[in-house]
Amino acid sequence: MAPMSLDKKLAILSDAAKYDASCASSGTTRRSSRDGAGLGSTEGSGVCHAYAPDGRCISLLKILMTNFCIYDCAYCVNRVSSNVPRARFSVDEVVRLTLEFYRRNYIEGLFLSSGIIRSPDATMADMARIARELRVTHGFRGYIHLKTIPDAAPELIEEAGLHADRLSINVELPTDSSVRTYAPEKDPGRIRRAMADVRLAKEASTERSHTGRRPPRFAPAGQSTQMIVGADGATDATILGNATNLYSAYHLKRVYYSAFSPIPDATAKLPLIRPPLAREHRLYQADWLLRFYGFGLDEITAARPDGNLDLELDPKLAWALAHRGHFPLDVNRAGRAELLRVPGFGTRTVKRILSTRRHRSLRYDDLLRMGAAMARARAFVTALDWTPRALTDSADLRARFAPPPEQLSLF
Amino acid sequence: MPTIPLPRHGTARAWRDAARRLAAVGIPPEDILWQHGDHAPDLFADAPAAPPPDAAPLTVPRAFVTLADTVCWHADPQRFARLYTLLWRLRATPGLIADGGDPEVTALRRMEKAVRRDMHKMKAFVRFREIGDPDGPRRRFAAWFEPTHHATEPVAPFFARRFGDMDWIIATPHCTARFEDGTLRITDGQPRPNLSDDATEALWTTYFRSIFNPARLKIRAMTSEMPKKYWKNLPEAAAIPDLVAGAPARAREMQAAAPTAPPARAARLQTTRQPDPPAPDRPDTLAGLSHALDACTRCPLHASATRAVPGEGPADAPLMIVGEQPGDREDLEGRPFTGPAGRLFDRIAGAAGLDRSTAYVTNAVKHFKFQARGKRRIHQRPDAGEVQACRWWLEHERALLRPKLIVAMGATAAAALTGTGRDITARRGTLEQTADGTPVLLTVHPSYLLRCPEDQHPTEEARFRADLETARAQLAHLGA
Repeated sequence: MAPMSLDKKLAILSDAAKYDASCASSGTTRRSSRDGAGLGSTEGSGVCHAYAPDGRCISLLKILMTNFCIYDCAYCVNRVSSNVPRARFSVDEVVRLTLEFYRRNYIEGLFLSSGIIRSPDATMADMARIARELRVTHGFRGYIHLKTIPDAAPELIEEAGLHADRLSINVELPTDSSVRTYAPEKDPGRIRRAMADVRLAKEASTERSHTGRRPPRFAPAGQSTQMIVGADGATDATILGNATNLYSAYHLKRVYYSAFSPIPDATAKLPLIRPPLAREHRLYQADWLLRFYGFGLDEITAARPDGNLDLELDPKLAWALAHRGHFPLDVNRAGRAELLRVPGFGTRTVKRILSTRRHRSLRYDDLLRMGAAMARARAFVTALDWTPRALTDSADLRARFAPPPEQLSLF
Repeated sequence: MPTIPLPRHGTARAWRDAARRLAAVGIPPEDILWQHGDHAPDLFADAPAAPPPDAAPLTVPRAFVTLADTVCWHADPQRFARLYTLLWRLRATPGLIADGGDPEVTALRRMEKAVRRDMHKMKAFVRFREIGDPDGPRRRFAAWFEPTHHATEPVAPFFARRFGDMDWIIATPHCTARFEDGTLRITDGQPRPNLSDDATEALWTTYFRSIFNPARLKIRAMTSEMPKKYWKNLPEAAAIPDLVAGAPARAREMQAAAPTAPPARAARLQTTRQPDPPAPDRPDTLAGLSHALDACTRCPLHASATRAVPGEGPADAPLMIVGEQPGDREDLEGRPFTGPAGRLFDRIAGAAGLDRSTAYVTNAVKHFKFQARGKRRIHQRPDAGEVQACRWWLEHERALLRPKLIVAMGATAAAALTGTGRDITARRGTLEQTADGTPVLLTVHPSYLLRCPEDQHPTEEARFRADLETARAQLAHLGA
């Protein structure tokens, strides 16, 4: 058999990697190569270098080291029982692709994942070697995200964390029982233990030793995880509950929700569906409300008896419609926490309201100029020259926001 | 009317200097004509004289300086006049800069945002092609880019920080940024250069095509972040029409395809992989017990905790110490009594003459029960059902260990060992018995000491220590 071309390998191994939603390259330490001794920089927020027609940003070279895998996870395109074409990069090929793409300003860095070959330790060792080659041999100062293999030895994960900006381990599915059903070789307890180890290693790296020396940085951009949504029967309340636990237990930077998407050569165990993109979007909105808007889990998920989010309305609007007694709020008097609950007000709008309010009272047009989405907010606030009168309590308020009962087909 | 010419390069700096001088000598906005770029040199004659030495120094809010430094790179010819008008108003009302509702401030903020976006998009969408020898000592690259505003100069330092070990040129219609041997220079613009092909572009396009998921077509999300005006300079953009057109058919095909039989390799791998042996139902050693504990699902707590935390200590320890449940730290590390309460216990026990390493330390409930709040897990007391479910393990530990004395710390441990956790403050320091007659010394949980008001710390610590001293004496009495 003739050796496979680099182009062909890249096609197979990036195709195999695209079901991982994460492409973030933000939040790591500042690095620069202005001194001319290396290549690359990172500064606070990352850059999305391109967008694919699926609307997802391309910030990193997201590839698998290999898509050969000994596991048989039903939702995964790379499972052992699938007939997709297989390929494997050499360490040198990954390093070269990363550096050459980076030099042409195509990417912010590398997001490397892998199928499990031979053993978890062997796979993790190869991945750590790629990171080390990039950092040490080639002086690469761009972003590196490594997917860690939960069953790998802690020393290997330790080494990966010294070179990578971010580590991630996917919990895959929202409940332990679905993981056991659809990913029989994976152990949800082990995945959690691996995340606990990353948190402990990261915390240990910030403590100075008794000599005052700071240990080397460990995964400065933290860890993240991904859950597939819509493959099993878990409700949104279960999904968000699990996410909340994960954020608090392992100090995750992000939980990614990935709508279960058709894959080539699917298994009969998991019939393909149209990806629940609207649901995925609502989950992200709810995730933001939980983390940045002071909402409690119960407040968001209690709105509907079946434990799912309203697909027609964003979760904040749904909450406001169910709690009209809190409204209308006077934008000239209400506190930050209250303003954050107004549909159509984001954190920036609220910040602008608070800073301007110190100098003068606000009118309706001021709110528009501050970036508030008044089409939604108008029913819930009063300003110097604005009152919603009976609008807040009107029976058809929901109907004004909900889309007409018809959905376009994606296929 | 003074005409103020501003140079093409270093515009922001020049505007700031000119505006400061003009404001200091009190020239109102309506009297100034700003000019940018190509200009006759004699126009410099109109530049204002240096301000009189006794003029008060001009102070403006820092936020305005940042705003002006960015807005100066906007393409709108009115930008200099608008900035100066705002500067003029700020002298009377400095608070204006924080006014998110003022129409003029908002308009300038919008211009600032447009420039920042343009700068950001330039960082994203510049595409270099190699123009030198790939094996040379310093590699050379060049790019052609067409920003909407004058983003090249403010963005150039970003590229210098990023591509420090190579020479590069970014040519744009308005100006050219060059970085050679570590020196950054801004020179005049130029027409689009003819750059030779770069083979890596084909690989990049392959990547772009392959990373796209045809089942999730969202064209608007793409074009809002990568507007079509940039496409002509992006090598990968040529693939977009084709990808979009083929997507629905590819998605349909995936759904229609019947599941195939797994390849032969799959069966081979499945048989060579050995599953972990299942844990025995009633393990006969403490080590076996902690392995079996791993798989426990006797109560719902296992679903959110990291792991079950087994007891720890010598298998022949005469003393068994039972706490309530693992905390945040114990849950992460998988060892009992390593968190704040555990460290406090170690210290006081040491002072009381009890060596923790000679005792077997465990918890009444083996999984951490918590409520997630932001980045913290708030401890929750286990309920009677959970304590009851976990007693199975505690009894099993006791049966394997056969301790001479048990110290039960806190109401939960008391409930698990004596059947009731009530009135622990009244019962502390006394000896009771388990159902099978093993003596149990009751005391409070060390976390109680962490929670009680500060002025009671010394008293409470002394009482806790006294309880542990009782335990030590009792142990000696029992002949251990």
